[in-house]
Amino acid sequence: MEEESNVTSSPSTRLRHRKRSSTTEAVLDGNPSPLLVNDQNKYKSFMVRTYSTIWMIGGFVMVVYMGHLYITAMVLVIQIFMAKELFNLLRKAPEDKCLPGIKHLNWHFFFTAMLFVYGRILSQRLANTVTADQFLYRLAKMGHDPLLSSDTLIEYIAGFMWFILTLKKKMYKYQFGQYAWTHMILIVVFTQSSFTVANIFEGIFWFLLPASLIIINDIFAYIFGFFFGRTPLIKLSPKKTWEGFVGASVTTIISAFFLANIMGRFPWLTCPRQDLSTGWLQCDADPLFKPEPFTLPAWIPGWFPWKEMEVLPVQWHALCLGLFASIIAPFGGFFASGFKRAFKIKDFGDSIPGHGGITDRMDCQMVMAVFAYIYLQSFIVSQSVSVDKILDQILTNLTLEEQQALFTRLGQMIGYS
Amino acid sequence: MHKENTGDAPSAPTPRVLHHRKRNFDAVAGAGKPNGSHLLVNDKSKYKSFLIRAYSTVWMIGGFALIVYLGHLYITAMVVVLQIFMARELFNLLRRTHEDKQLPGFRLLNWHFFFTAMLFVYGRILSQRLVNTVTPDKVLYRLVTSLIKYHMAICYSLYISGFVWFILTLKKKMYKYQFSQYAWTHMILIVVFTQSSFTVANIFEGIFWFLLPASLIVINDIFAYICGFFFGRTPLIKLSPKKTWEGFIGASITTMISAFLLANIMGRFLWLTCPREDLSTGWLQCDPGPLFKQETHALPGWISNWVRLDTVQYWNSYTSNLHCFLNGKRRFTLQLPWKEISVLPDFGDSIPGHGGITDRMDCQMVMAVFAYIYHQSFVVPQSLSVDKLLDQIITSLTLEEQQALFTKLGQMLQEVIGS
Repeated sequence: MEEESNVTSSPSTRLRHRKRSSTTEAVLDGNPSPLLVNDQNKYKSFMVRTYSTIWMIGGFVMVVYMGHLYITAMVLVIQIFMAKELFNLLRKAPEDKCLPGIKHLNWHFFFTAMLFVYGRILSQRLANTVTADQFLYRLAKMGHDPLLSSDTLIEYIAGFMWFILTLKKKMYKYQFGQYAWTHMILIVVFTQSSFTVANIFEGIFWFLLPASLIIINDIFAYIFGFFFGRTPLIKLSPKKTWEGFVGASVTTIISAFFLANIMGRFPWLTCPRQDLSTGWLQCDADPLFKPEPFTLPAWIPGWFPWKEMEVLPVQWHALCLGLFASIIAPFGGFFASGFKRAFKIKDFGDSIPGHGGITDRMDCQMVMAVFAYIYLQSFIVSQSVSVDKILDQILTNLTLEEQQALFTRLGQMIGYS
Repeated sequence: MHKENTGDAPSAPTPRVLHHRKRNFDAVAGAGKPNGSHLLVNDKSKYKSFLIRAYSTVWMIGGFALIVYLGHLYITAMVVVLQIFMARELFNLLRRTHEDKQLPGFRLLNWHFFFTAMLFVYGRILSQRLVNTVTPDKVLYRLVTSLIKYHMAICYSLYISGFVWFILTLKKKMYKYQFSQYAWTHMILIVVFTQSSFTVANIFEGIFWFLLPASLIVINDIFAYICGFFFGRTPLIKLSPKKTWEGFIGASITTMISAFLLANIMGRFLWLTCPREDLSTGWLQCDPGPLFKQETHALPGWISNWVRLDTVQYWNSYTSNLHCFLNGKRRFTLQLPWKEISVLPDFGDSIPGHGGITDRMDCQMVMAVFAYIYHQSFVVPQSLSVDKLLDQIITSLTLEEQQALFTKLGQMLQEVIGS
């Protein structure tokens, strides 16, 4: 799977796309059974896709090797391309000629969203990086508002007023449609990319594992469909089959278990990055990544070679991620397919020759990135927090007054006041 | 200003009514008429409608004042009620009954997302206060903290189930309609919940921070109407033919002055200025903070007396007015384009003679956001790290761990102070 940079576009999307292309051709031919098993051209396209897959995996591995900051940079680049594709999608040329500056408005909102999202995520780490320089430090702290920073909102309000002032008679419906469309695009693009970047800085593991699972799910759905597919899965995507779906789910869950083990051995992948440096990482291994012995339950038959395994606790979490990747994440793909049918679009763009646009690659990864982030924050990060760690944070990050304020409020909260 | 008890709905009911009054005339007199001089000044039947509106205004102000008197929780409840009505109006706006018949359960999906958004937004804003409310009871405390810990996961699961539900109900040939409805639902929920969440956040910082912005919008509207009524000659903007420059400028000046004076009046009441730390409804005691303490300012020489003023008045009046000033334009423009698009006279018909709730709320939405941001940036001392750490403490530590942390921190602080 051509793991496009950190972009969660997984090659799986590509595979999906491959299936979709064949579907379109088959449907146009009036072929009633467009399943992959019956397609004669499938072997040829299979080779073409495999070739580009290998190239993309190579590129992706290199970026992962280079580190957090480069991965984030790639996410940003992919975001920009995705936004560009989506902005152009429902634009109608004749109306656009009458409205100069509408493209600029879109990019203004894009920039505002970028400021807001990355300001929040990176501000703490930026602060850690530039601590040496007082001025930059204060600058970095400026955007550090938990709910919304004032400068971002001022930007947004400026864009809003610009929009109102450029409303032209008889073009209202188109302009409001474009405005709503811009907002939806930015929300979709930035939610997933911001969560992806947040995951990356918790440890490349938390970005790499979900992305790989989606890719694996796609590849094996394709392979199982290729060889065994008979029963159509959903009307939205005629080439998907139940055999592919089930086979891929089982494979994904098993690979999640083993991949987590492999990935969990590298500190480069498991250590969180506290600042924006690019050097090597050292950290105390989180208990999640320390191997523990695990005895297989008694009902496993005797011929199974291992009775005891070394299991990283994180592998159990990986099972949950795998489950989500195989069952729910494909709905991202269905959504994109339905959307394209609704608006009669073949592909979201044509950035990648033979594969369509960036968004075609990203549809499933988006859903997965959000889930991975929420799972991480809800079930994993909170478990690793201890009294001593928080005490440390209190002592290092807060001034004396703030510490006292915290103490008072904490006392009130737990009823000691 | 008819302050509808739209509760805390950030929309100042009052200005809405005036808006609506003006809009009605627009719709009736302006629709299709190329005549540019259908300003309010020239309208003959204006005096009659003026009286009708004034009457309902008084009723709404009375109701609103009652709710404010009752307190934070009741105001929040009214915000929620208003939200529901607004969402309902907006959901119905672009719905086409023909398609809807073929899609049973599709409307339910909208409400599912509405409920999810409600849980998410209010969970975040009120989590700290909820924790403070259940402090005495250990069992409830544990329950509440674990709910807060998994709050995001719960909301996300609800959202994903809605998403999956949506995909599974996609019907051939209805794709475009369904996707449009899906996007429309999201836009509506964002608009409705952004402003109402800011409003509720403002309320719990102190009713003052909700009441003052709301009143300013109302005053701005009333005086824009009055000035336009008597002096309006020059049209303001193509989108709203009845708005005039005279009304606009007159209202701005009046609003600025009233902001200054209103802040003084409101700042004297503890009920309005104290933040509410929990979800109780009883009386409030607090130290109002330096912002509400009186300082003397010697006015420039041409005013002979000194006048006692609250510091907050200066800043608030300038910026709020600037915002009302800018708001004026936006308000009008928001309303009319929608009407043209959907060929509707109003957003709804909840309020007899005044159109719907959204008609009432359009300006207040922008104002509520601004008031919150202003408050957070310039008024409240930044205690972000403390809040963040407290959040972490609530969600990540068990009760015993929190108590241990408390003891240890206490010891450390004693040492530091003692040394």
